[in-house]
This record gives sequence, C-alpha cells and structure tokens, in this order.
Amino acid sequence: MDLTLYVWRQNGPDEKGKMEQYEAKNVSPDSSFLEMLDEVNEELIANGELPIEFDNDCREGICGTCGCVINGVPHGPQEKTTTCQLHMRQFNDGDTITLEPWRAGAFPVVKDLVVDRSALDKIIQAGGYTSAYTGEVGEANQTLIPKPDADYAMDAAECIGCGACVAACPNGSAMLFTCAKVAQMAVLPQGQVEAAERVKNMTEALLNAGFGNCTNHYECEAACPKGVSVKFIAKSNREYIKALGK
Amino acid sequence: MILDGKCPSGPIEKSWDKHRFDLKLVNPANKRKYKILVVGTGLAGGAAAATLGELGYNVEAFCYQDSARRAHSIAAQGGINAAKNYHNDGDSVFRLFYDTIKGGDFRAREGDVWRLAQVSNNIIDQCVAQGVPFAREYSGLLANRSFGGAQVSRTFYARGQTGQQLLLGAYQALSRQVKAGTVKVRPRTEMLDLVVVDGVARGITVRNLISGEIESHWGDAVILATGGYINVFYLSTNAMGCSVTAAWKACKKGAFMANPCYTQIHPTCIPQSGDHQSKLTLMSESLRNDGRCWVPKKAEDCEKPVNEIPEEARDYYLERKYPSFGNLAPRDIASRAAKEQCDDGRGVGPGKRGVYLDYQSAIERVGEDTIRERYGNLFDMYEKITDENAYKQPMRIYPAPHYAMGGLWVDYNCMSNIPGLFVLGEANFSVHGANRLGASALMQGLADGYFVIPYTIGGYLAGVKPGEVTDEHAAFAKSREDVKAQINKLMSINGKRSVSSFHRALGKIMWEDVGMARSKESLEDALKAIPALREEFWQNVKVTGSEGDLNNQLENAGRVADFLEFAEILATDALHREESCGGHFRVEHQTDDGEAMRDDEKFCYVAAWEYKGEGKAPELHKEPLKFENVKLAVRSYK
Ligand code: FES
Repeated sequence: MDLTLYVWRQNGPDEKGKMEQYEAKNVSPDSSFLEMLDEVNEELIANGELPIEFDNDCREGICGTCGCVINGVPHGPQEKTTTCQLHMRQFNDGDTITLEPWRAGAFPVVKDLVVDRSALDKIIQAGGYTSAYTGEVGEANQTLIPKPDADYAMDAAECIGCGACVAACPNGSAMLFTCAKVAQMAVLPQGQVEAAERVKNMTEALLNAGFGNCTNHYECEAACPKGVSVKFIAKSNREYIKALGK
Repeated sequence: MILDGKCPSGPIEKSWDKHRFDLKLVNPANKRKYKILVVGTGLAGGAAAATLGELGYNVEAFCYQDSARRAHSIAAQGGINAAKNYHNDGDSVFRLFYDTIKGGDFRAREGDVWRLAQVSNNIIDQCVAQGVPFAREYSGLLANRSFGGAQVSRTFYARGQTGQQLLLGAYQALSRQVKAGTVKVRPRTEMLDLVVVDGVARGITVRNLISGEIESHWGDAVILATGGYINVFYLSTNAMGCSVTAAWKACKKGAFMANPCYTQIHPTCIPQSGDHQSKLTLMSESLRNDGRCWVPKKAEDCEKPVNEIPEEARDYYLERKYPSFGNLAPRDIASRAAKEQCDDGRGVGPGKRGVYLDYQSAIERVGEDTIRERYGNLFDMYEKITDENAYKQPMRIYPAPHYAMGGLWVDYNCMSNIPGLFVLGEANFSVHGANRLGASALMQGLADGYFVIPYTIGGYLAGVKPGEVTDEHAAFAKSREDVKAQINKLMSINGKRSVSSFHRALGKIMWEDVGMARSKESLEDALKAIPALREEFWQNVKVTGSEGDLNNQLENAGRVADFLEFAEILATDALHREESCGGHFRVEHQTDDGEAMRDDEKFCYVAAWEYKGEGKAPELHKEPLKFENVKLAVRSYK
C-alpha cells in the first residue's frame, strides 16, 4: 500500500521544528510501523537526505524505548500496542499519517521524534524500590503473599516506562507511571515498611521534574500499551493521605 | 598458551564457599576510593552496579539506551531457574548443576556451573525482597513451572515478563544507589574503546550519543556486561542496539574471545514474513509445555488448511524422535529437528519455513481459559504480528538466532586475561557450554551481578592502589584519537550502500553458511565472503548526518563494522571445531540418525582466540576442560 506521512522534524532542543511530508510506497501490510519507517529512511538515505530519528530498541513491546504520537494518539490507533508492535495492516492504502514526538513539558525534544525522558528515572530514584540490601535476606517462601495481592502487584508492575501516559495527559502528568510503582510496592509486604516515605518522595519528585498534576481525564490508561489501570492512581492517593499523618 | 581457569580445587560442594573465604577483602573505609566502571545495565550490569555501589565503591554505569531500565534482559519471557526443590520432585543444587553441564553438552567449566547452581536460590530470595511480583499459588507460595530441557519444576516466573520484572528489580536497586550517591548512571553513552595501560585495564572511551562527544573515563576496574553478539546474524531476537562492539573492542586490546561458534538458535520464534523484516520475535519456550510441534507427514499436505489434515497424517516429530523429553527437548535439538522437517520439504507457511505449534489437545484437556491464563500475552503478541488466532489454529514457528553462549574468556573470578577487565552475563562464555537451557540466562546475569562479582572484584582490588592511573595518562588521549579517527573515516567514505544493507548482507552469509548446519565448505565460503564484504563496507558505505549530533546511522555503522570483523573469528572457530556439540552442528560430524557427535578426545577444551590484527589469523589458546563430578557421556534425550 501507499501512504502519505507528515513527520515532525526538529534538529535539536533549541531549534524550531516543523512537519515535513514524505511518501511511503509499496508498504507491506505485514510489516511493522517501525519497519515502514526504516524503509522510508532507506529511501531518504539513498537520496542523500537526513533520515528520521526515532527511538526504538527491543521492537517487541517490552523495553519502552519506542513511541511517537501517531495521528494524534500516543502509540497509534491499536489498543494496548506499542509503536513497534503496531502493524501496517491497521492502516489502509492511501491513508495519511501524522507522526509527532511525545509532547510534554518534562520531555524536551532531542531530535525529530526522540525526546528526553530522564525525568521518569528521577521519580524512581526518589523511592521506587525497597531498601533491601544484597545478601542474606531470608528465604523467599517465608513470607506468604496472597495470590490476589501478587496479581495486583503484577498488574501495576506491567508498566514499561515509555511515557505514553504523559504524552496523552492534557496536564503532561506522570501520575499513572508514578502511582503504578507506588501501588505495586504498597500492596506487597516487602514494600509496606517504607510505603509512607515512598509515596511522599515520589510525588515530590514528580512535581519537581516538571510534570503536571492529575485532573482525572483517564487519557493515560487509554494510551497505555500495557493497559495499566487508573485504579492505581486512586490507590496511591489513598497511600498519600495515609502518609500525611505520619 | 594453555589457559588456566583458576577453579578452586577440592570437593566441588565446598568450592565456592572456600574460594570466597580465600579472597582478600577491601577495607570498608577504602572502598569509596576505588572507582569501578560498569558497561551495560542489564541484569548482570545493573545488578553489579547496584551491589558494588551498596558495598561502598564509587561506581559509574554506562548504557547506550536512554535509561538503565531498558536493556534487552527485559525481553526474557519465560522465567528463571533455581534449585529450591519446593515441589519435592527431586531437584537439588547438584541436579541443576548436572542438567546445566549436560545441557551445555559438556563444554562448560564445572566449578563455574556449580557456583551458579548454588547461588540460584539466593537470587530468588533477593528478588522477592526487592518486591519482584513473581507468580504465586493460592496458598501464597511461589509458583513454578517446568521448562525446556528439565524434568523438574524449578522455573520461577512473573507472567510472560520475567526478564522485565527482574530487570526492574535491579534497576530499582540501582536507582536507590543513584539517590545514595554511590552510582552515577550515564545513559545514551556507548563504549567504543577499552584503555589498557601496561597490560592492565584502566578505563574506557565512550561516545555521548546525544552530543557526539568522545570522552574517556578511568577506573580501577572495568566491568563489561554488554550482552551477546547474536545480531551478527542481522535477523535475531535481540534488540536493535545489541552489538558485539564493547566486547570486540576489548578483544582488539588483547582480551580473548572464547567459543564464539557456540550460538543458540531458538526453536520457537515467529517465522519471517518478508524482506522488510528487521527482527524476529521469540515466543517463550514455555509454550512447548502445552503445545505440540508437528508438520504434515506428506509434503503434498503442506499447503492444505490445518483442519483438512487428519490426525494420522500429522508427524509429531519431537514426540516421535525423543519419546522421553518430547516437546520439551532442549533448544538446539528442537531447532535442528524443525529445520530437518523443513529441509525435507514438509515445512508450512510462506516459503515453507515453519512448523506448527498446536494447542488443540491442550485446550481440550485443560480448557481455553487455562491456556489463556498461562500464555495469553504470548497469544496476543502472536496475533498482533501474524494476524492469526492461535486459539483457533496452530501457531507457526521457526528457529531464530537468539543467544550467544560464547563470549569473552574469563577465569573463575569472571576476570578476563587482561587484569582489571571483568566480564559478566551473556558477554562472557562461562557457564552455558555449547548450549544454554531455558531460564538460565536470567539466572546467570543475576548470579554474576549480585553474588559473584561483589566478592571476586574485591579480591582483585585488594592488590591495586586506587587511582593509580587516571585519564591524564597518555593512553587515554591516544584512545580518544583512535576512536575519532574511525568515526571520521566512517563519515568520510560517502559511498552508495546504506549501513543496514551491509548488515543484511552479513546476516545472510552467517545464516546460510554459519547457521544451524555448518560444513567445511560453507565455512570456507563464509571466510571468503566476510572479508570481501568488509572491504566493500570500508569503500562504499554511506553514513548520513554528522558526528556531532544524535545519529543512529553512525552508531549502527560502528556496530556493523565490528560485526564484520568479529564474524570472521566466529567462522574460524566453527571451522576449527571438528565436532558437533550443542548449538554448533557440523554436518560432517553426526550419527546415522542425524544427532550431534562430539569428539571428547580432541575438543574437550575452551577455544580462546587472540586477535592478531587485520588480515592476520587469530591465535588459538586452549583451556582444557576437566569433568570430575559429571561423567562425560553422550547427551541423549530419547
Ligand atoms: S522498541 Fe521496545 S517497546 Fe517498542
């Protein structure tokens, strides 16, 4: 199939960007979205033009490196799918597709579709862990964890840290990202000891890193390639209120 | 040269404990004076950096990704082994040790494998303490499953995302150290040279992938945890950025490359769909617990829809050939069997390069819901890629390059032949022999990072004066110049062919001539084709953009240039190893029914290759392998 692309091109963080038009010809419906971009880039290289820079690595929907806004939607039209796992059969011959980077105050553009997401690392550094030292920490089955709690923790831990939730949020908030980690740790006995400190520190880091706050739009959950639920935001808010008294 | 792995002597059950005791300790007050560089932040590197930071060393961690949370360990699906024997099914440290030695086709060092089996249990404890959400039973106990090549249930898992959860555990432990100020993480930074001064590793030269700047860093020790080289096949299950570059640069500075011909071709991957293909996707081996592999008995049935092929016309070839292990046969064996069926003209799907993995009987036995609970995410992924519903029709799978058992040579302390250079995880060669069993890679990465290097590096550093050589030494300036010269050369060629077209061409040579079945002729062909392609690369590659900027083309050009050199050493090793073992199959060395034939008389050793310069043959060094606790035997899964 043949497609028309409008792609955001921006040389660097301080440069002005603009949409450029490209044609993608003879695209196989079985190819992935990034493979389609690879072919467009090969074409650009052959013509001596600069290829489009975009972040990606695993190309199997788990590392969280890839991601751009496709036709106005982070990661594109298919539900619960990263950009790298999106396949061209989701589009039709003759379609026009727009491609933009994540847009959020806390994610400055590096180049073209590549943004700087290091603000997310700062949130985890503020407390997204248990303070277990490495060594003899006790036998794993000593602490029983009810299956529903383990499943709940795993649902929260699915987050791949791609930042689509931030890109989707009208406030550019990273609440879903932050709260999923808070909730995962808060439900597990290993994480409960530090629960109050954790939620306070991570929330503070979130605000310091330039993310907005949550006003319940739920765009984040809709955009999340792993379907991480907004219920974790509610859980984290409860944890926060509990922590205030401590 | 005969290499010494420096394994402790005495009874193997005590070997690691004794060695740990014998290692010298670094005074706690002195630890922060030592600077350690860790390259790579996957399971091995992330765990090592976090643990060494916690011990009080001054650590700098480097990764090419934009965050330390993204290394390709994250993609491991199935699980991690440990000898907990929670199920009373006969597991033990000795059995895990035995299975790993046998699974590796008797080409790994006993001492290293024993240690791995021993610390496997600590890893599970550690990860649980970190809040890794492993699967649980209704009792609240940890859940297990069995996995390819094992007859006991010793695999721990977190849905189909075990690697992700373990890596996030390590990343979070690392983040804690970043906050504590013991570790500095430098993302989007790629190592492009190892700095060696008077035969000792003293630092690295890196490129900042955003600014393009070339910088040097000194350290009292350098740890490479940079993963495997299987992207030398171009199409593989590895991430796009995985490369041999760090290991190869070390090799060019004198580190030995061990057993590069031991490459793992994983049996359950989604077949290639066309020329646009940029990578292959693995479907967890756990799928073989319930799925049955088959192809039509007759070639003329291959084009028919599945429901028109009656039961008696199907050949469940793994169950037929290996009745006792059946669909759980180890990876090398399952892959070769799939290839055999397709070579016989009985493959299915496009190009007839595929076999069926069928869930029908499992769905009839336990119900679709149970199958969905066990493998739902894998079935979804399969559908996204192929547009086929595997609950309704069998999956199509085909082997794909997946893992590198070979890697830089290290001794029992995980130190290479260059003092001060340590190598962990997939990047070293140490524990998997000629074939890796399922759920063992995660185990090795975390064992090396959490429980081995923290001890062994102390033993080395105790004899080193901190900060003895820093980046003021002339060797660092020279290293930066060399790196810049290579980059300038790549940028200046301005030829006609794109970087990726060279990588594809190399992959084609490697897959066809150095792939699942290797022969003297095919390897000799490869050894002619690779240098020719390399020569063309250096005359005709086209790298767009500039060196002082984010430039993915330039990054890849450097990686492909290194693959083009490394591929030759891989093929040389494969040609020299006149036997078949594990993932290395030489068609000249097989039994009448097509099984691999080892030659323990001549090849019971580790082949460690020393790079001698462009156009010169590498020199072979041998480390003889001794088997004192497991008897050398023909590996049979029948
Ligand atoms: S590239 Fe890893 S999630 Fe898309």
